[in-house]
Amino acid sequence: MSTPDAFSDRATVEALVRRVHERASQLRRPVTFMEVCGTHTHAIAAAGLRRLLPPLVRLISGPGCPVCVTPVDYLDRAEAIAALPDVIVCTFGDLVRVPSSRGSLERARARGCDVRVVYSPRDALPIARDHPSKRVVFLAVGFETTVPTVAAALAEAESERVSNFQILPGGKRIEPPLRALLTDREVQIDGFLLPGHVSVIIGANAYAFLVEEFGVPAAVVGFAPADILLGVVELVRQVVDATPRVANLYARVVRPAGNPHAQELIARFFEPVDTRWRGLGTIPASGLGLRAAWAHRDASSIAVAVPEPREPQGCRCGEVLKGVVEPPECPLFDRSCTPDAPLGACMVSSEGTCAAWYRHERFGTGAAA
Amino acid sequence: MCLAIPMQLLDRDEWDGTAELRGVRRRVSLMLCPEAQVGGYVLVHAGYAIATVDAEEARKTLDILDEVAELEGTQE
Amino acid sequence: MNRDETLLLAHGSGGRLTHELVRRVFLPAFDNPYLRPLSDSAVLTELPAGRPALTTDAFVVDPVVFPGGDLGYLSVCGTVNDLAVAGARPLWLTWALVLEEGLDGELLHTLVEGAARACREAGVTLVAGDTKVVPRGKGDRAFAITSGLGVVPVGRDLGDHRVGPGDDIVVSGPFGDHGATIMACRHGLSGSGLVSDCSPLADLAETVLTCGADVHAMHDPTRGGAATTCHEVAARAGVRFVLEEASLPVRSETLTTCELLGLDPLYLACEGRVLIWVAPQDTERLLTTLRRHPRGKGAARIGRTEARKDGQALVLLKTMIGGERPVDLLSGSELPRIC
Repeated sequence: MSTPDAFSDRATVEALVRRVHERASQLRRPVTFMEVCGTHTHAIAAAGLRRLLPPLVRLISGPGCPVCVTPVDYLDRAEAIAALPDVIVCTFGDLVRVPSSRGSLERARARGCDVRVVYSPRDALPIARDHPSKRVVFLAVGFETTVPTVAAALAEAESERVSNFQILPGGKRIEPPLRALLTDREVQIDGFLLPGHVSVIIGANAYAFLVEEFGVPAAVVGFAPADILLGVVELVRQVVDATPRVANLYARVVRPAGNPHAQELIARFFEPVDTRWRGLGTIPASGLGLRAAWAHRDASSIAVAVPEPREPQGCRCGEVLKGVVEPPECPLFDRSCTPDAPLGACMVSSEGTCAAWYRHERFGTGAAA
Repeated sequence: MCLAIPMQLLDRDEWDGTAELRGVRRRVSLMLCPEAQVGGYVLVHAGYAIATVDAEEARKTLDILDEVAELEGTQE
Repeated sequence: MNRDETLLLAHGSGGRLTHELVRRVFLPAFDNPYLRPLSDSAVLTELPAGRPALTTDAFVVDPVVFPGGDLGYLSVCGTVNDLAVAGARPLWLTWALVLEEGLDGELLHTLVEGAARACREAGVTLVAGDTKVVPRGKGDRAFAITSGLGVVPVGRDLGDHRVGPGDDIVVSGPFGDHGATIMACRHGLSGSGLVSDCSPLADLAETVLTCGADVHAMHDPTRGGAATTCHEVAARAGVRFVLEEASLPVRSETLTTCELLGLDPLYLACEGRVLIWVAPQDTERLLTTLRRHPRGKGAARIGRTEARKDGQALVLLKTMIGGERPVDLLSGSELPRIC
C-alpha cells in the first residue's frame, strides 16, 4: 500500500466533490446519509468535508462510537473496580475522560487508583505478568473491529496461563442498532456509510439485510477523504437510480465474508447479550458478553457497589443519535452539557454529534473571501 | 471505531511479526491474520493485524480515483 | 556517587553523602567560578545593559531517557528556550532535582551529563543547584526544576501585544517530534527516525532577531503543541489565525506515529522549535535566515493573522482537501485512541 496519499490528494478530492455535486443535481429532495463509526465522524470533521457537500446532501453521525455509547454504569463499575486495593485497570485512551456518575477514570487515577492507558489489549498481559499479586482488568469496549483483539488477548492469556488477567466486557455489535434505527418510525435515513474496519471483520455480506429487509442504500467505505466521498457518490447514485445495494468500496481490505479467524475467536469467547446504550436505552442482543466457560476471565462478577444509573434529565442524545433532532434543540446543549463537562453520549467524544456541532457549527468560518 | 493503518510486514514467526510504515515499526500479533506474508501489507488495529491488504483491489480503487480525476478535472 | 551505585535518602540529607554527590558528580560536570564556592547563593557579576528576563519551569518526562535526549538535557533546553523566545540572551541557570530513593547511579550521571551538554551548547552557565531525595514510591524517578536569567537587549520589544492582522506565522521546523517520540516509547513503536527535537534555540533566536526581519513575537510550542500555543496567543492578542494544513511541516515518522496511535501533531509538544509572528513583507527574509541555520532547516510559513470578529474560532485550519475546521483547545493531553 505504497500510495495511501492518493486517497487524501487534494486534486482527487476536488474531482470527487464535483462528482458529488453533479450526481446530487439529479436528486429531487434532500437526502440524509448516516455514518455509524466514530472514526468516520472524526475523519469527516478533521478534513472539513461537510462544508464541501451540496446542500441537498446531509451527513449525520449515528451511534457508532463505542466510547460515546458506553453506558454510565459501565464506567461506574470500572471506577469501582479500579478503587479496589489490588487491581490495575488497563484501558484504551478513549475511555479515560468519559464521564461516569462520580467523575471519570482520569479523576479516579487522581484519587490514587491504578489506571493505565494501553494501545493494545495485548499490552495488558506483560503488566499482569509483572504484577502477579494484582488483578489486571482490561476495559473491553469496542465494536467488532476491536472485539477480536480482546478475544485474541484472552486466548493468549489462556495458553500462557496468565491467570490474573480479566476483562470487563463492554463490546458491542453493529447490526442491532442499525436494525433499531431502521425500525424506528421517527427516523429517516436515505443511506448508510458503513464502517470499513468493522466490515473487515464481519464482511460486506453481513449488511445484506439492509437491502433485503429495508431497501436502504449502503456503501462500505474506508476512512480517507477520497474513500468517504466515493461512498457519498455511490449513495447518491443508488438513491437517484433507486437501486439499493451494499457496495463494497473498501475491497482492498474488506472481503465478502470478512475475517474468519477473527469471527471464530469472537464466537469462542463471546455471545450476544442485551445491553444498554448511552442515549438509546437497551437494544436486544447488541452487546457481547463472555461465555460461561470463561467466567474466570470476567471482571463483571467482581462484587462492587455501583450507583443507580441515571440518564441526565432532559438529555436528547437518543434523538440526536437517530438524526431526528439537531444538537441546539436539546435543552442541555451548550448550557449544562459542553465538551469540557459532557453529560450525554453525543458530547462525550470530541467528534460526537454535539461536540462536533459545538466546535464547528457555532462558528461562522468568516475566512477572508 | 476504528483506527487501523496499513503497514508492511518485515518478518514473522508463527504468531507475531514486525510491521513497518514510513520508518516506524511495531511488533504486531498475527493471530487474527495467520496467512499474512512477509513483504505484503497488513491492516493494523490495536496491535493486531486484522486483514491483509489486497494490492490488486487497491490498484482498482486507485484506478477509479484516477478516472474520476480525469473526467472531472476538465471542469476548471 | 558512582554509576554502579544506587541513590539513598542520605544523598539528599545534607551530610557527607550529599557533599560527595555535589563534589563528585555535579561540580565536575558544570564547573564554573560561580558554582565552585558552593555558597548559599551565587553572587553574579553586573547584568549587561537591557532588561532582565527571568523564567522557571518544572520538568517531568516519562521515559526519563528517550531518543534525542533525557530529562537533564530537556530541562536546560526548555528554560533556555523560554528566555530566547522572549528575546532575551540566556546567561545563568539554577537547577534543582527531586530524585527518588533507589535511582540508578548510571541514570543520574546520564541526566547530569545531559544538562551539562545542553549548557555548553546553549552557552549558559549553571550557577546554583539543589538536590533532594524522596522515599521510594514518592517520586517518579526524577523531577527537575530550572530557573533561568537572561537579558533583553536595549531596543528589543517582542510580545503578543505586537501581534496584529497581517502578520505571517512561521515555524522553524517540523511539528510534534518530541511528543510523538515520547508516545512512541510508551507504546512500543520504534524507528531510527523517531527522535525528539529537543535542542537549545538561543543561537537561532538571536540569528532571527538580528537578520533585519520585523519579528513581532516568538513562542516555543511545548506542552499542548502548536495548537495550544496559537490558541493562547490569539486569545491574548485579540486576533485569529488561519493555518494551512498543506503547509504544516511534519516528518513522516511523526505522522505515522500519529496515525497509528490516533494523535494530532498539532497538539504534540515540540522542544526545539519556535513559532514566529513576522511582518509579512519580511517573511521571505526570515525563512531564508532560518533555513540557513542548523536548527532551522525545515522552516515554513504556516499561516496568517487576521482580525477576529465575534463568534469566530480563534484558530482555523484550512484542510488539505480544501475544507476547514476550527482548531480547539484540548481539555487535557493527547491520549492514544482506537476510535
